[in-house]
Amino acid sequence: MIADLTETIVKILFIFSINVGFYAPILGWVERKQSALMQDRVGANRASIFNFRIIGLFHPIADAVKVLTKEDFIPDGADKFFHTLAPFLSLTPAIVTFAVIPFGGSYELWGHPVQLVIADLDVGMLFIFAFASISTYGVVLGGWSSNNNWSLLGGLRASAQMLSYEVAMGLTLIGVFMVYGSLRLTEIGAIQENFFRWGIFMQPLGFVLFLTCAIAENKRAPFDQPEAESELVAGYFTEYSSMKFVMFWMGEFLEIVTISGIVTTLFFGAWHLPFVSDRMLLSLFAGAGPNGAAVLAMLVNVAVFFGKVSFFIWLMMTIRWTLPRFRYDQVMRLGWKMLLPLALLNIFITGIVLLV
Amino acid sequence: MTDSAKTLHTEHMVINMGPSHPVTHGTVKFTVTLDGETVHDLKVDIGYLHRGFEKMCENGTWEQVMPYTDRLNYVSPLINNVGYALAVEKLFGVETPARCQYIRVIACEMARICDHFTNIAAGAMEVGAMTVFLYFVEARDLLWDLMEELCGARVTANYVRIGGLKNDLPEGFGAKTAKAFETCRELWTDVDKLLTKNRIFIDRMRDVGTMPAEEAMAYGFTGPCLRASGVPYDVRKAHPYLVYDQLDFEIPVGETGDNFDRYLVRMEEIQQSMRIVEQALAQLPAGPINLDVPGLRWQSKDDTYNRIEALIFHFKTITEGIQPPAGEIYAAVEGANGELGFYLVSDGSGKPVKCRVRPPSFPMTAAMPRMMRGRLIADIVPTFDMINMIGGECDR
Repeated sequence: MIADLTETIVKILFIFSINVGFYAPILGWVERKQSALMQDRVGANRASIFNFRIIGLFHPIADAVKVLTKEDFIPDGADKFFHTLAPFLSLTPAIVTFAVIPFGGSYELWGHPVQLVIADLDVGMLFIFAFASISTYGVVLGGWSSNNNWSLLGGLRASAQMLSYEVAMGLTLIGVFMVYGSLRLTEIGAIQENFFRWGIFMQPLGFVLFLTCAIAENKRAPFDQPEAESELVAGYFTEYSSMKFVMFWMGEFLEIVTISGIVTTLFFGAWHLPFVSDRMLLSLFAGAGPNGAAVLAMLVNVAVFFGKVSFFIWLMMTIRWTLPRFRYDQVMRLGWKMLLPLALLNIFITGIVLLV
Repeated sequence: MTDSAKTLHTEHMVINMGPSHPVTHGTVKFTVTLDGETVHDLKVDIGYLHRGFEKMCENGTWEQVMPYTDRLNYVSPLINNVGYALAVEKLFGVETPARCQYIRVIACEMARICDHFTNIAAGAMEVGAMTVFLYFVEARDLLWDLMEELCGARVTANYVRIGGLKNDLPEGFGAKTAKAFETCRELWTDVDKLLTKNRIFIDRMRDVGTMPAEEAMAYGFTGPCLRASGVPYDVRKAHPYLVYDQLDFEIPVGETGDNFDRYLVRMEEIQQSMRIVEQALAQLPAGPINLDVPGLRWQSKDDTYNRIEALIFHFKTITEGIQPPAGEIYAAVEGANGELGFYLVSDGSGKPVKCRVRPPSFPMTAAMPRMMRGRLIADIVPTFDMINMIGGECDR
C-alpha cells in the first residue's frame, strides 16, 4: 500500500518536473534558438548571471521573473471570473493528460512490480480526448470574457477549429484501436516491442492524419488562426498579461509535449528501441544483477521515450517556422473535406486488412 | 437550421482595424463591418502620417526639398530623390552627364530591389512565414550596406542633387555589388522554394484581391499591381528616362491581378533590377558626375574657396536658392510601387510655388474596399501588404 502510494507520488513528481519544470521553460528557449537557427540569426543570448551566458539558457529564468513581476491586467467590462478561470482551463488539461501516457514499460524492482505510467486507465485514449476538450473551454472563455472583438473572433475560431479537428482526430485513432485491439496505452505500447508492429507501419495514413490533426488541435502554425497575430492582434489572449498569459503559453507548450507523447506511444514504438526487445535489454545488463538490470533497462526506456518525444517536438517547431498560416475557411475545409474522409477511408482500409 | 438562420436576429460587428494594428503598417485605419468573418464593408481612413510634405516644400529652396523626398517612400528613398531631381532638371531644361545618369539608374534599381524585398518579406511574415521575412531582410541588409557606402545613410539617403550627385561611386563598389548580389540571389532562390510552390501560400494569395485590368486602370493603378493585372505599363519603358532605353531588361506581366501575381511580378522584378544594375555597372562611362552649370549645381569646394566667381555663385545659390524659369512641369519615374510623379510649379524664384507628388500607393489604397468587400477578414492581410501602401508617400 505504502509502496504503491510512494510509487505513484514518485511518478507524478517525475512527470510534473519533466513537463512543468523542464519542458515548459526549456521549450521557450528551444523555440527561440530553433527559429534563430533556421533564420540565420543568433537568437536569445543576452540574459546572463555574473557574465555567464551559456547560450541563452538563463532566458527562461529571466522570463519567469519578468512575468511574475508584471501587472495582472483585467480590462474594463471583462468578466473577471471567467477571465481568470480561462487560463486555468487551458493549462490544467495539458498537464493532466500526461497521466495516462506510459513513459516506460513494466519492471520488477525488488519484488515490487512497477509500471511506468501514472494512471493505467483502460480508457486511456478517451481520457485524453475528454480532457483535451476541456482546454477548448479555456480558449473560448478567454476570448469571450475579455470584452474585446479580436479576442472574441479568436475564441470563436478556436472553438470551431478545435471541435472540427477533434472529430477527425478521433476517427483517425479508431484505426489504431482496431489494429491493437485496445484503448489502454500501456498495452498499445507493449505491443510495439516488435519493430514491425509500430503504429507508423501499421497505420501510415493514420500517422500522417493524426499528426496533422494534432498540430491543428494544438493551434500552432500553420493552424494558428485563433491567435493569427497579423489579423487578430493576438487572438484569444490579446487581453491577457502577466502569469495568466504565461499559463496560456505554457499550456501550448505542454500540449506539444503531450501530443508528442501520444504520437510516440501510438505510432512510434513508445519506449522501445527498434529491434531491441525487453528481454534483450535485460540480458544486456544482466551483469548488474536482476534489480540493477531492471533499473538500467528502465532508464534506457525512459530515455528512449523522451528522446522520441523531443524529436516530435523538434518536428513541430520546424513546421511552425517553415510554413505560412492557413486562412480560417481553408482550415475548416481541410478538416472536414480532406482529413475527415481520409480518416474514414483509413478505418475502411484497416477493416478490410484486418478481415482478410 | 435554414429557417432559424433566417429568423435569427444578427447584427454586423464593426471593428476598428488600426491605426495601431499589426497589419496596418504605414498607419492607416480600416473600419471593417463584419458579418461573422466576412467583410461586409470596409472604410479606409488615411492621413495618420500626414506631415505636410507639400507645404514644407514651399518654404524651402528647391534644393532643400531633397531630404524631404527621402521620407516619401522610405523603403526606396533613392527613387524619390531621382524623381524629384529629374523633375527640377526638366524645369531647367538640362540633362546630367552620362556617368551621373548611370549611377542614378544603379541607385534607383538598388532601391527598387530593397523595396520589393521588404514588401515580399512583410507579406510572407503576415501570412505567418516568419522565416522568409528574415531571409529577405538579410538580403535587404546587404544592399543597405552598399547604400551606406554609396551615400553614408542606410534609410534616408539624400544622395541625389539637382544637376548631379552628392558623390561618385566609392572604390570597389562594383565588386562589392557583385558579391552582395550573389548572396541575394541565393536568398531569392531560398524564398522562391519556400513560397512559390507552397500550397498554403498559394491558397492564401491566389484569387485574393483580384483586380481586372480595366478596373485597375480606372482606379489609377500603376507599378507591379497594374502589371500583375496584365497591363505592361512601366514608366521605364513607356517614357524612358535616364539611360533605361540603353539597358536590356524585361517587364514581367501577370494575368489575373490577384495577390499571387503581384508577388510573382515583384519576384521577377528583383531579378530584372539586378540585371539592370549589373549592366549599368559594366557600361558605366567615365566623366564628371555633376553638371558644370554654376547657377544650378554647386561648384567644387576647391573652386569655391579659390575662385571669386565660384564663391559668388555659391553664395547666391545658398542664400537665394537655384532659380528655375517660371513654369510648371510634371515628371514621373517608375517608383517601386508604380508611377511616382512630381508636379512642380515655379514662379522663377528660389522656392517652389507648388510641389505636388503623385503617390503610387494612393489609388491602390483607395481600391481596398472594392477588393475586400465580401472577402474574409484574413484576406485583408495579404492584400494590404501586396498593394504596399506606404504611409509616408500616401499621406505625405
